[in-house]
Amino acid sequence: MAEQKVEFELVSPEKLLLSQAVDMVVVPGGDGDFGVLPRHAPMISTVRPGVISVYEERRAVSQRLFVSGGFAEVTPERCTVLAVEAEPLEEIDRAATEQALKNAREDVADAKSEHDKAVAAKRVNVLEAKLDALSRAN
Amino acid sequence: MASLKELRSRIASVKSTQKITSAMKMVAAAKLKRAQEQAEASRPYAARMARMLGSLASGSRGGQGPKLLSGTGKQDVHLLVVATADRGLCGAFNANIAREARRDIERLKAEGKTVKVLCIGRKGRDALRRGHADVIIDTLEDVSKPRPSFEKSDEIAQRLLAMYDEGEFDVCTLYYAQFKSAISQIVTRQQLVPFAAPEAEATGDEAQAVENKGMVYDYEPDEETILAELLPRNLAVQVFNALLENNAGEQGARMTAMDNATRNAGEMNKKLTLLYNRTRQAAITKELIEIVSAKEAM
Repeated sequence: MAEQKVEFELVSPEKLLLSQAVDMVVVPGGDGDFGVLPRHAPMISTVRPGVISVYEERRAVSQRLFVSGGFAEVTPERCTVLAVEAEPLEEIDRAATEQALKNAREDVADAKSEHDKAVAAKRVNVLEAKLDALSRAN
Repeated sequence: MASLKELRSRIASVKSTQKITSAMKMVAAAKLKRAQEQAEASRPYAARMARMLGSLASGSRGGQGPKLLSGTGKQDVHLLVVATADRGLCGAFNANIAREARRDIERLKAEGKTVKVLCIGRKGRDALRRGHADVIIDTLEDVSKPRPSFEKSDEIAQRLLAMYDEGEFDVCTLYYAQFKSAISQIVTRQQLVPFAAPEAEATGDEAQAVENKGMVYDYEPDEETILAELLPRNLAVQVFNALLENNAGEQGARMTAMDNATRNAGEMNKKLTLLYNRTRQAAITKELIEIVSAKEAM
């Protein structure tokens, strides 16, 4: 059988970020990371803040992208990730992220309503995951 | 007949109007390009979201499901979200959306339902205020300034969700114009709450839809959790999509309208110049005749 690939697509509300055939992708699912190889069983999952690793050319990670959450749809031929926000790991500015995290933490402390607090706390979560991803990559 | 002076000032005013309209056309054309790119870039997300929801919705049919999917069981209070532009001078763009909304308001009123209207964009409010001022609950202005952002759409969606949780409406429909081309925008009516799966054709790939039908998905963590997250998100995405389409449509409509206006001004200018020259000649001829006949009389 000819070598199969997964059609991987990463879309954010603004645009289609990535669309290519790859060997494997590892997606940070809501219940833990999962890898998608060709002929994966159909599945729909939530995505938690974390890093998507794209594998091309057998076992070599070709791209790492940070996503701040979203959804993934997997079919035997395709893997589609609907991200809230996404950016390549190497493009993340560490200092800016740390600053944003600090601000977000202050927002949690200053939040007046339950809703504001929840929003800010979510933001903190995302940013912590982003920093975590950064320190792990380096 | 108009005097020469009057004609001269008419010509001058038509010319300066033409300058303004042609400048507006140019600006609209430049903005259109950006807006169109943005609208087209956001389509894949919306399409895939719809596909995912479609398969989820068909999978969980029969079960209770979240309120956003199954509705409140009533159809008494309708919320109409009418998205239009904030500015005019774009042909019939705003009027078309407003007309569609108005027709539905009247129909729903006739059926004895309670109607509420949330306007996004000043022009829609202005058009609906005549006759239906009582049903407009609020107007959001300058949402798409400087350009539509997902955060803003999310805010609108959150507001809709809060209202829905309070039981302030049963059915929510969004009105906007889908961008087809610079000369054609299609007024679209989209039901947001409860969620209505779009037809397969709307997502663009029919083969895909067929292929998906037979597929049974695994859900992780589980259907309810995903639906609970996906449905509010879908709301924001649909609003965002509508704003983008509207933005592109508005610029397109303005470009076409201003192109027509420029052409009309050119035509008018031509006619007026002709009239001006004729009048001038007539005046000269008259003077000559006067001189000649005066001479002859002497």
